[in-house]
Amino acid sequence: MRAISYTRATDVHSAVAAVTSDPGSSFLAGGTTEVDLLRLDVLRPHRLVDINRLPLTGVEDRSDGGLLIGALARMSEVAEDRAVVERFPMLSQALLLGASAQLRHMASMGGNLMQRVRCAYYRDPESACNKRVPGSGCSALDGVNRGHAVLGTSEHCIATHPSDLAVALVALDAVVHVEGMDGSRTIPVDDFFLLPGDTPEREHPLTPGELITAIEVPALPMARGSLYLKVRDRESYEFALASAAAALALENGVIREVRLALGGVATKPWRARRAEDLLVGQRADEGTFTRAAAAELTPAVTRPMNAFKAELARRVLVRALRTAATTGGRTV
Amino acid sequence: MTTGATLEAVGRPVDRVDGPAKVTGRGRYSAEITLPNTAYAALVGARTASGRITGIRTDAAERADGVLAVLTHQNLPKIPGRPSLLPSLAGHAAPGESFFPLQDDIIHYFGQPVAMVIADSLERAQFAARQLHVDYDRSASVTTLDEGRDQAYEPEAIFAGFLPARTVRGDVEAGFKAATQRLDATYHFAANHHNPIEPSATTAVWDGDRLTLYDATQGIVATQSTVAALLGIPPSKVRVRASFVGGGFGCKAMIWPHVTLAALAARQVGRPVKLALTREQMFTSCGHREEQEQRIELGATDDGRLTALRHHKLSLTSPFDEWAEPSLGMASQAYACPHYEGVYRLIRSNTMTPTFTRGPGETTGMCALECLMDELAHQIGVDPVQLRLRNHAEADPHTGHPWSSDGAEECYRRGAARFDWQSRNPEPRSQRDGNWLIGKGMATAGYPVLFPMQPQRARARLYADGTAVVQAGTQEFGTGVGTAMTQVAADGLGVALRNIRFEYGDTDLPNVAAAVGSAGAGMISAAVYTAATTLRDQMIEQAIADPGSPLHHADPATVVVREGRMQLRDRPDTGETYSALMQRHFMTDQEALGSWSPPPQNLPYGLATFGAQFAEVAVDPDLGTVRVRRMVGTFAPGRVLNAKTAHSQAVGGMLWGLGQALLEGSLVDTRDGRWANASLGEYLVPVNADAPDVAVEFVEVPDTVVNPLGVKGLGEVGMVGAAAAIANAVFHATGYRARELPIRIEHLL
Repeated sequence: MRAISYTRATDVHSAVAAVTSDPGSSFLAGGTTEVDLLRLDVLRPHRLVDINRLPLTGVEDRSDGGLLIGALARMSEVAEDRAVVERFPMLSQALLLGASAQLRHMASMGGNLMQRVRCAYYRDPESACNKRVPGSGCSALDGVNRGHAVLGTSEHCIATHPSDLAVALVALDAVVHVEGMDGSRTIPVDDFFLLPGDTPEREHPLTPGELITAIEVPALPMARGSLYLKVRDRESYEFALASAAAALALENGVIREVRLALGGVATKPWRARRAEDLLVGQRADEGTFTRAAAAELTPAVTRPMNAFKAELARRVLVRALRTAATTGGRTV
Repeated sequence: MTTGATLEAVGRPVDRVDGPAKVTGRGRYSAEITLPNTAYAALVGARTASGRITGIRTDAAERADGVLAVLTHQNLPKIPGRPSLLPSLAGHAAPGESFFPLQDDIIHYFGQPVAMVIADSLERAQFAARQLHVDYDRSASVTTLDEGRDQAYEPEAIFAGFLPARTVRGDVEAGFKAATQRLDATYHFAANHHNPIEPSATTAVWDGDRLTLYDATQGIVATQSTVAALLGIPPSKVRVRASFVGGGFGCKAMIWPHVTLAALAARQVGRPVKLALTREQMFTSCGHREEQEQRIELGATDDGRLTALRHHKLSLTSPFDEWAEPSLGMASQAYACPHYEGVYRLIRSNTMTPTFTRGPGETTGMCALECLMDELAHQIGVDPVQLRLRNHAEADPHTGHPWSSDGAEECYRRGAARFDWQSRNPEPRSQRDGNWLIGKGMATAGYPVLFPMQPQRARARLYADGTAVVQAGTQEFGTGVGTAMTQVAADGLGVALRNIRFEYGDTDLPNVAAAVGSAGAGMISAAVYTAATTLRDQMIEQAIADPGSPLHHADPATVVVREGRMQLRDRPDTGETYSALMQRHFMTDQEALGSWSPPPQNLPYGLATFGAQFAEVAVDPDLGTVRVRRMVGTFAPGRVLNAKTAHSQAVGGMLWGLGQALLEGSLVDTRDGRWANASLGEYLVPVNADAPDVAVEFVEVPDTVVNPLGVKGLGEVGMVGAAAAIANAVFHATGYRARELPIRIEHLL
């Protein structure tokens, strides 16, 4: 491990100024991924700016039914927040199905969005990885890639985006609030995650030193019956092989509105827009769900070890839709 | 023995004596021993599976802050000794592989140490290690069965020459001719790694020519003899200590190169050196369960009696040792099958030498057999429990010798009752619970009773105040030995548990072999009980000879000791305490050494611990997920020394079986031989959320053959059969026959 200098920021502006003015420095929040990667010599900042004392905590329950979640609110705190549990169960479930109890107490909401991929080649500083060393190649393409992505991949990177939380957020059309030296701005969460394309090293549209301050979740009445379904080999403490966030609004058995996103199978939290387009206006039945799920996975690019993930994702979508329709979907 | 053994402390569910030290962090593990002036070593592993080092640039590492030495094959003094591989239970030097790194430029496996950097802090050593640049001339490698199939061969012997590669009884072809039912299946088992929570670590300190090692080991004496042999120094110059060890499961059963490398590093820099393996290095430093394939052909009559069994195993070994975990033992002995052929075949590959991994051998061998037995039961329409009962061997089928103790039938019966097996509808896919298909399966468990080759010793010392210290050169790696031996000593001496302290973890104490192969509890209790009863008998003799004692002239056979008081069995009011006797004679203490010699090799008994495993699973057939809902295990381990720690050990073994069945598999990247999931995040072991309701029952069969207390051991048998019970339950739930472990979502979609 390299020698690293450490400072603790006391206000947002000085934190942003510190990192902006010092290339090679990084923010430190919960540290649950970052410290691992420092020890593995994957991340090599020379300075850490600790933002844990910044006043960016708490969940603000907005009068319009939306939420403003502080970037430093811990995963466990948000998962148990009453407004989150009642109005956005998919969000609470996604948080509780992530990581372990210990990690959820440490990990922050902003840090969760910034977490890095679990690809074994990214995490090994000596393997070829375009995300870690642009232009070095992608060892995962022909390597051990059972957990890798089948959607949104490129010939330069097939690493799966690991967050469960982000899947729920893209389904909910959340908005990321960031602050930089030029002031604050908002980024729709779907735009906050970039496809790897030929620049897999660039994962977010952030400029150096920009800091996430909050996550805004707009009001969505039908999210009260929403759910997050996660499939993995073991029952806890594992990233998704496939997951889905789903919310349905039905009217006389017909789908009036739907929100659907996939996790564990794509290079970014994957809003299932093809499926959504096919679902709206259709009867909420098995045939509709199956057709929509198949359409969503049509562009999947698989490899021998992860070919099952396309089929698994289809089935997860169908199960999530069926469950949302029978137990969660609210008839308006 | 002067008096009939009365066991009061033994068997009770006594809380762990070291529990508070463990949960408060007061207990010190090897990597937590920091001596003044300690330096830290970081290993650099090869980045190719096969080839030659063409150059090492060390200048940047040598210039890095705090670096004391950079050692490579170019400057490390050569190792004078090359002991051959020998299981540590033998009591001799026990290197995990006959190869020792940093001797030349040849690379045999990924992760093989190619350099060692020593610095004044761990972080500086690790940073400098990353500055090293090694150039390789890479050559073609074999790291999987599929890559090496055409090079498979049948060796003379495996397992350090202890086991013949081919075992035959009867005439297997004749047995197949007599069969009206035949089954033939090939099972593939992924490589497994042990993943104890404590990675291996050694702190080495020299005082002149004397070496002290604080080592995370399952055998301090094995560490002592192995390091002494490799360094060419007398074992009397090497002292090994291990107070607390955070799990072993076989990866600390043999002595791997890093232990000796720590000693070499300490000698080189003239300071104590601590060498702790990283989690990733644990995958390339202390062995693994090898990737393997087992083909079983089975012949039976229509009522399910076995007539022939052919069991062939193909597995990967290292370039330098002919190692296979012994998978064909219990599977050849569990059932009364007259005709048998077992063969081990090997493929030399670019991995380190595989090693003992929990339930070594039997857990894969019995898994294959028990899955096929389930298939036979289904094919002929016989209940799986009945099929086992029908075939249970009343005597060791190899020799015809009776079992020293058995208990298998009671295990089946009690397990079936506890599990409510009789309510199971034999039809696959016959039970549903919402989205889940429910299945129930069972299997036989079994593990041989193994003995050390050397006498096992312990010392007992009684003080005049009535307290006692009992010592043996063993180590506590989570088995509960520290607690159980306190109980054994209490009963052997007739002293209350609270007045006994059991000391271990130091080779200056009387010698005991490494605790491996479920032999630990039997051999250590034998030594401790012998020492304690020898001392007790000395005290009784002294009392009888003493005109001042109420026991003067008593028949020693009528004297018992209760709570430190020697008294007549039939007239408890006649007697006196050890303390009274010792104080009258101005004695400060009395001491005895106990030495127990294991039974001879040609014992006219079959030796095995039997059990039965039952599992209920839920399978979501749409999503491919399998969750185990409950497990029942019944085992006949002879005498149970501590009901609580024994229960924990059995539960732990059964959950290992769950991991073997559904989760655990080490995946190799064949391009460079690197284990691609070398972390606890990616190598999946069961977590608490996976752990079902696990019920354990013991059938305590008396055994007067194996050792003084009739202890057959429990470390391994709890795992054997568990994976098969789960795989059979998956079949019962879904109709899917697993041929590959772990069973994964992609198999069930």
